[in-house]
Amino acid sequence: MIDTVLDRIRAIPEAGLLIGLLVISLAAPFVMPSLATQMAFLWLMVVMSQTWDTLGGQLGYNSFGNVLFFGVGCYAAAVVQRDSGLPYYDALALGLVLAGFMAVLFALVFGFALLGIRGHYFAIATLGLGIAAGELAAGWDYIGAGSGMAMPLYPGGIGSRELFFYFVMFGVATACFFTLRWLYGTRFGLAMNAIRDDEDKAEAMGLRTTSIKIVAWAISAFYLGVAGGVAGNMLGFIDPRDVAFSGATFGVWMVLMAILGGKGTLWGPVIGAVIFHITKELFWTYLLGWQRVALGVLIVVIVLFFPQGIMGWVEARRAKTGGQAA
Amino acid sequence: MIDNFLLLVQNPSFALDVVLNGLLAGAIFALAAYGMSLVWGVLNIVNIVQGELVVLGGFIVFVAIGHGVPAYLALPLASLVMFAIGWGLYYTVIFRVVDKDLFLSILATFGLSIVIQQLMNTVFGSDVRSIDTGLGSFYMLGGAVTIAWIKVIAFVLALTSGGLLWLFLRHARMGQAIRATAQNPRAAHILGINTDRVYAMTYGLNAALCGAAGGLAVMAWNIQPYIGLPYTVRSFMIVVVAGLGNVGGVIVAGLSLGALENVAGFVLGAEYQIAFVFALMVLILVWRNWRAARRRAYLS
Repeated sequence: MIDTVLDRIRAIPEAGLLIGLLVISLAAPFVMPSLATQMAFLWLMVVMSQTWDTLGGQLGYNSFGNVLFFGVGCYAAAVVQRDSGLPYYDALALGLVLAGFMAVLFALVFGFALLGIRGHYFAIATLGLGIAAGELAAGWDYIGAGSGMAMPLYPGGIGSRELFFYFVMFGVATACFFTLRWLYGTRFGLAMNAIRDDEDKAEAMGLRTTSIKIVAWAISAFYLGVAGGVAGNMLGFIDPRDVAFSGATFGVWMVLMAILGGKGTLWGPVIGAVIFHITKELFWTYLLGWQRVALGVLIVVIVLFFPQGIMGWVEARRAKTGGQAA
Repeated sequence: MIDNFLLLVQNPSFALDVVLNGLLAGAIFALAAYGMSLVWGVLNIVNIVQGELVVLGGFIVFVAIGHGVPAYLALPLASLVMFAIGWGLYYTVIFRVVDKDLFLSILATFGLSIVIQQLMNTVFGSDVRSIDTGLGSFYMLGGAVTIAWIKVIAFVLALTSGGLLWLFLRHARMGQAIRATAQNPRAAHILGINTDRVYAMTYGLNAALCGAAGGLAVMAWNIQPYIGLPYTVRSFMIVVVAGLGNVGGVIVAGLSLGALENVAGFVLGAEYQIAFVFALMVLILVWRNWRAARRRAYLS
């Protein structure tokens, strides 16, 4: 039964699938305007889990500190919008671009410092990045210190704000998806996978492994930074520890979503993000203060019993039933 | 910041106060780090949940003393309870990741750390807790150096607990089995050692050690549900600097870290102390990797 369903899904050409999803995504906020903000956050989750997977899945480098780029993006956009003196939309556009580039800058600096380190040493080195950044941001008066920053008010009419940011976030997620889709198919993508599979051999074959890792991290940081800038505007307020550098929410969610969907695949993180976000929105409120405990339990359970994720599970079934390549 | 630094340089007796208080705190870091190096060496797991075990031990002591248990009994009690918790954790989660991919064990213990951290937050609340032992302080150099007696006692007890574990590993039958398993689990298994039980024992002992460290921390300093990760990071960097299975190195590195952190906390301001801990770890790893790269090797 489930295999026939899977076979049917596989039989749909990817282009058809993409166009279908595009139409649904464009129509969704008009069909359900009350859910526009939640759906915008869905796209944020997709960006987060995809960008985490670039390093975590495709390169085999688990980072616990990617939330750093998100927070840097939040603050970069906020500072531009506060201090540039430009009209709202100009400031927003400039802020988002700068948010991306600031995140890239951070990725280059930290990548240069950390990406020569391998394996679990890298994982633990990144563990404190988000928290340290949160602590520093909470002490820096220029960006509002511990009391955070309020974002400028959206000038449009009632209801148009949600729609506007929905489409901005959707644009970021789509651009991110197609960039990564293209990237994973290039020689560069193959080199990334080669590093994941055997870094010593990849290096012996002449790949500049450290540079490849840094560039990959910078690309994922760019989209995460832009998404951070948009998210700050959607929320209207940035808190250093609970929004921008929130290791206990966004920082953990992105790891969980990517693993849930299937590390090292293009669609896995997207599927993981969608499932996680919908589950979270539906059931989170019933957990009454136990949400974060449940989050931890979920990580342990998925890591122990379902480490291959949904895509990995589908692939395993495909191998078992001997289905033909699409 | 520079003013604070000059203040330290110009008042050596005051600097001594900061350094001594830091050294005393360092013993607790060393104790937690000793446990981490044990688990790392025997189970080949980097135990991210280490700091949460420390904090949990602290809360157990806090609750026990709150219910009228005398302090000298609360500490062994916390160790005992933590041993049971560690044993339980091994048989529910840790045993599944022992011989798996290292990433898996890091992710699993990371998930565990979130569970315990959030449970503590839900059960005990997010307030900063400490216990007033009422032991007073003693003064040196005409009052320029103030040291609470409880910190000295915590220092001595921390080193004693570490020493006891060291003696256990040296001389007890189980301790020898643990060391044998650390050297070669396969050979140990063939020679009739129940390696699964050795692992459980090791993890339990580590939790007990963390419990003692946390109990001392809540009496001499304070605890709060969210300070677990800094303890994990401190333990990790102490082990990285000292090397696995180097007790003397762990003590020296732990005490130095305590002193350094206290000085940094004073110079940069206490609100940047946590950021300093994380930055220091990154610097240590980068420096280590740079040293390794000169030998065409790398940290892994």
